[in-house]
Amino acid sequence: MSNKSNQPCACQGNNCGEEASKSGLAKQLFLGAIGLVIWYAIYSQLLPFSNWFTYSLVGIAEGSHLGDAIQFFVYDTPKVIMLLVLVVFLVGILRSFVTVEWTRKVLAGKRESVGNVLAALLGVVTPFCSCSAVPLFIGFMTAGVPLGVTFSFLISAPMVNEIALVLLYGLLGWKVAALYFVTGISVAVVAGWVMGRMKLENHVEDWVREIRAGEANMADQSMTWSDRFAYAAGSVKDIVGRVWKFVVLGIAVGAGIHGYVPEGYLATIMGDSSWWSVPLSVVIGIPMYTNAAGVIPVVEALLGKGAALGTVLAFMMSVIALSFPEMVILRKVLKPRLIAVFIGVVACGILLVGYLFNAII
Amino acid sequence: MKIQVMGPGCAKCEEAAKNVKAAVAEAGIEAEVVKISDFQEIAKMGVFSTPAVAIDGEVKVVGKSPSKAEVLGWLK
Repeated sequence: MSNKSNQPCACQGNNCGEEASKSGLAKQLFLGAIGLVIWYAIYSQLLPFSNWFTYSLVGIAEGSHLGDAIQFFVYDTPKVIMLLVLVVFLVGILRSFVTVEWTRKVLAGKRESVGNVLAALLGVVTPFCSCSAVPLFIGFMTAGVPLGVTFSFLISAPMVNEIALVLLYGLLGWKVAALYFVTGISVAVVAGWVMGRMKLENHVEDWVREIRAGEANMADQSMTWSDRFAYAAGSVKDIVGRVWKFVVLGIAVGAGIHGYVPEGYLATIMGDSSWWSVPLSVVIGIPMYTNAAGVIPVVEALLGKGAALGTVLAFMMSVIALSFPEMVILRKVLKPRLIAVFIGVVACGILLVGYLFNAII
Repeated sequence: MKIQVMGPGCAKCEEAAKNVKAAVAEAGIEAEVVKISDFQEIAKMGVFSTPAVAIDGEVKVVGKSPSKAEVLGWLK
């Protein structure tokens, strides 16, 4: 990928390729620095702009429902998208260092408990697209990664998502983000460990257990820093390009809740005094799927209207962690009963998180 | 030359196939581009994340879709 020796070279000596990539890198760093400055300048003006836009330019009365909703929308939409761009870029750089193959090597043959924790943590940073779930599953199985450890990975990967974390941080503060991280990893570790105990190996489809895989083929994946920046920029284009519609929709819903749902109204249905609020939100969340970026503004609005933190976290986790498309894909490698157990165990884990937080916060 | 594009058929795998075909056309090389979605075959090649591309049996990229420029680089 970074082999430049095939191209005719105007300068002398054998450091021509290096010179070219050094100036390319310098250009990238320069552009990046400018980009950061511009980003910060715009970001710090978002709140004043949204107020000016809603109340001065369009002229809606302050304190009205419509005003609240519009101001929320005008403020949050660029804010979330800008945060996303920054975060996806930074995480892209991080991810350029990690591959599924490397993770597979790390987890191979690790015993449970240690393996569960490692897998849950690696699930956060390993670049993994859910269409790749089957090859990944096969890869882990053939490397001798215990079934429960594989599940810890498969649970944390979609759920403890860097997008979710940074958006939570940007919109709700570092404490909520840290909470989400810790509980998300815990659910992944414990659920995976529990599933390991249940000895469900025979509920993996037979053809998977019979596969003889070749030696892991890493291909030549070495990357220069310039390549990494390009990769990160590519993933911003790819991810934000896919996700922005959900974000705008999520913010619109959040704006509606923010503007029109009376203060404290949600405390009655989603507050911690009703024991059924946590299970209800988990059950509602399971069949729903949006990516993390779309659900966070809804989370923000719900919290702002008096919903209990535990209930809202549980809702968010069950929306993100379990998705119908993912189950369809997993059905190729898991028999129905195992899928049902998977959903059940994860749902229980999320339930416990919900109750725990409503109890202590 | 035989180029294998491995993947179950999601958007990224389609993009990989598209870039490969475009690169082959641009390079003017005779090459057979084959899509492989069978997981057993993919696993036999030691590939555990898709999309992946192999040229004449040698795996060139794993886990992401190569750009047309990257493929052109391999074809030269």
